[in-house]
Amino acid sequence: MTLPLLTTHNLTKTYPGVRALDGVDFDLMAGEVHVLFGENGAGKSTLISMLAGANTPSEGKIYLENREVAFDSVARAKAHGVFTVFQEFSLIPTLTVAENMFLGQEPRTGLLIDHAEMRRRAQEIFDTLGFPISPTAQVSSLSRAQQQMLEISKAFHGEPKVLILDEPTASLTDREVDHLFHFIERQKAKGVGIIYISHRMQEFKRIADRITVLRDGAKIGTVEMAGTDEAALVEMMTGRAIAEIYPTIATEPGEVVLEVQNLATSGVAPSSLTLRRGEVLGVAGLVGCGKSRFFRAMMGLGPRRSGTVALKSQDITGRPTREIIRSGLYYLSPDRKHEGLDLAKTSDENLALNVVTSGAPVKRGWIDWRKVRDTVAGIATRVELPDAYRARRVSQLSGGNQQKVLFGKAFGQEADVYIFDEPTVGVDMGTRAALYLKIKALAEAGKAVVVISSDLPEAINLSHRILVFANGQVSAELPRAEASEDTVLKYFFTESEPVQ
Amino acid sequence: MSDATAPAQVTPRANPIKTLFIRVGVLPFFLGIALVVFSFLSDKFLTGQNLVNVARQSVYLVLVSLGQMLVLVSGGFDLSVGTAIALTSVVSALSMTWAAGVFDSVFLIIAIGIAAGGIVALIVGLINGVGVAYFEVSPFIMTLGVSSVGAGLALFMTGGIPISGLPFAFGDTFGFGKWFGVPVPVFIALICIAVMWLVMARTPLGTRLYAVGGNIKAAHLSAIDTRKTLVLAYVICSLIAALAGVLLTARVESGEANLGGTMALESISACVIAGVSLRGGIGRVQNVVLGAFFIVMVQNGMNLAKISSYMQMVLLGGLLILAVIFDQMRYRMIMQGR
Repeated sequence: MTLPLLTTHNLTKTYPGVRALDGVDFDLMAGEVHVLFGENGAGKSTLISMLAGANTPSEGKIYLENREVAFDSVARAKAHGVFTVFQEFSLIPTLTVAENMFLGQEPRTGLLIDHAEMRRRAQEIFDTLGFPISPTAQVSSLSRAQQQMLEISKAFHGEPKVLILDEPTASLTDREVDHLFHFIERQKAKGVGIIYISHRMQEFKRIADRITVLRDGAKIGTVEMAGTDEAALVEMMTGRAIAEIYPTIATEPGEVVLEVQNLATSGVAPSSLTLRRGEVLGVAGLVGCGKSRFFRAMMGLGPRRSGTVALKSQDITGRPTREIIRSGLYYLSPDRKHEGLDLAKTSDENLALNVVTSGAPVKRGWIDWRKVRDTVAGIATRVELPDAYRARRVSQLSGGNQQKVLFGKAFGQEADVYIFDEPTVGVDMGTRAALYLKIKALAEAGKAVVVISSDLPEAINLSHRILVFANGQVSAELPRAEASEDTVLKYFFTESEPVQ
Repeated sequence: MSDATAPAQVTPRANPIKTLFIRVGVLPFFLGIALVVFSFLSDKFLTGQNLVNVARQSVYLVLVSLGQMLVLVSGGFDLSVGTAIALTSVVSALSMTWAAGVFDSVFLIIAIGIAAGGIVALIVGLINGVGVAYFEVSPFIMTLGVSSVGAGLALFMTGGIPISGLPFAFGDTFGFGKWFGVPVPVFIALICIAVMWLVMARTPLGTRLYAVGGNIKAAHLSAIDTRKTLVLAYVICSLIAALAGVLLTARVESGEANLGGTMALESISACVIAGVSLRGGIGRVQNVVLGAFFIVMVQNGMNLAKISSYMQMVLLGGLLILAVIFDQMRYRMIMQGR
């Protein structure tokens, strides 16, 4: 293993006004798992999109086995043996598994598709990979994990030299992750070079050989996994120590403000919850464990099968979402693009919406726009949104600034309980720290805050109390003092069957 | 992956034409081109007399386009505006002829006719709105279906024959009359424009409509009653179309089932050319008025240039498609900030 399998030299990608990737030198050895690590927006996806042929570099060169290559399409990259499994699924839900696998390259007899052959070859690939999927199943009937496996399998026509996996475990269970890792080990043994993108340190510790850390489009460094600890990696990734990120939030639990009893929804068994003023509740669990669905059902955003919800001793069970919001329960959606913001409008216009709907600046049916503008200006200052971005359309803002606008919307009206569902998804560390301070301010002003997060350190470090969901049930409720990452992780997995 | 946050990395300055295009859309360019072309083709086009004429003729389309804009802004569209006009015309005419045999007061007879037309339009709007908002039928199918139902009913009620014998005062006032020296239809349209502008710019309903069309899920999470808002959009659209229907009926002095046949296409064209986005959430009252004016001006110009009415249909359809293509380009520019 002297010559690298794949090398990039000064790889750069610029978009108008933005340097998404800035002169990155990267190399990959045969038979190595090389992890790309960094925050959202650090340039990981930009880097692999160019290696995968989905994007062309503005500057710099890519060498495969010491020969310069230029991939102008994913097909071209594949022809060179560079296979990529993208994070976003490219499956067609109405077709079968086999049809999806061979889309565009169906085996034929004459003019007709040879379905039997297609199924046989699909089964063959699943057998080698050890994935339990039926080739005849319709994709829409698969679980997220199975879809992920199918996506991986799709990359496997032929022999890869380089395999790029972008967050492949995002929706897999533990056992499925084990499966995937065995598979990675086998590819490694065959001499395939693997580029693996993930932010789950716990996980990639098990398979990584080397780690390259990116920040703001630039390479910070490459380190050997052996002999590198988590804290060092986080510091490389964020440019600051962990202790600087999470604020200490004073605990002075007041009166009970939210009381949920035996609330059940699809995929979540009856669960109860009491929340006091001044308290921050962290809610942790795997993707799909029901933690988000439970709170969405509370908001009237999902079906309610049983149970009651009382806010400030008032029964709000089964009321329409808008009335629940009005009565003082605010929900911040994890999906700012689809549920949170109007991307074609400016930050100010987005912020103004909740100010107007709260009714505060409306007098005798007329909106007092001057009052709205003043309030919006106040909110922008409060969430530290730079003035330059206020008149810009939200679609043009970075993830971090979009999230600031989304947070700002929460301040357009008064609420007693704030439910933040994945409050820092796709947000850079600087913005995160700023948003955490907003949560601190809310709690210390006597509001109750719920932080639902798939990012375990976030769920733990912000809260006074942790609620863990597993398979649609509350598997643990721990005070902060007892909630170390290892303890909480244990409750992520239960032997029970998933709740339907 | 453009998480760069430094203000220094903001997009470079765009040129002024692009800025104008992004802000107002394609209308100023179309308007400029049309003025130049038609003044070449006909001497009469650019005379004060002709432009006043265009303004008068455009009243009906302006009204319908105002309603259409509401629905477009809410994220849908209404193909049944023409039907609402025809139904209103037929029903109000039938009611007036009936009432004329019962009551003596001309005022009462006309009031009954207008009220009956309004009620029918209300029903049409409610059916559209409830179908789209509560049963989640796509606006395209819902309003297409309703427009067939309505057109069928209008023809059935009249047997395809115009209903005449309306009170003279009706046509004299609403068709040809003047208030304060302004033709009554123009007067009514001016009031509607002012009211609509106030509603969109100054009331929570306007804000709600923009929000629902911009991102309906986000609107839902902003404590907006999205369904009620949608229903209101279709109802108001239908009611304004009915108003145009009454004015047209007065103008032709009879109830006709074929009034407003081209209104759906023309009103959507007027809105899209005026920069109302087909994706919803974007659109301004003052531009829509200009857009409707533009469509009528083009028709007038084509008439003066002696272009056959069949060729006019071809050109109008092409204009709509062209406007939508520009709308797509504009939307992309808005989202990318270029």
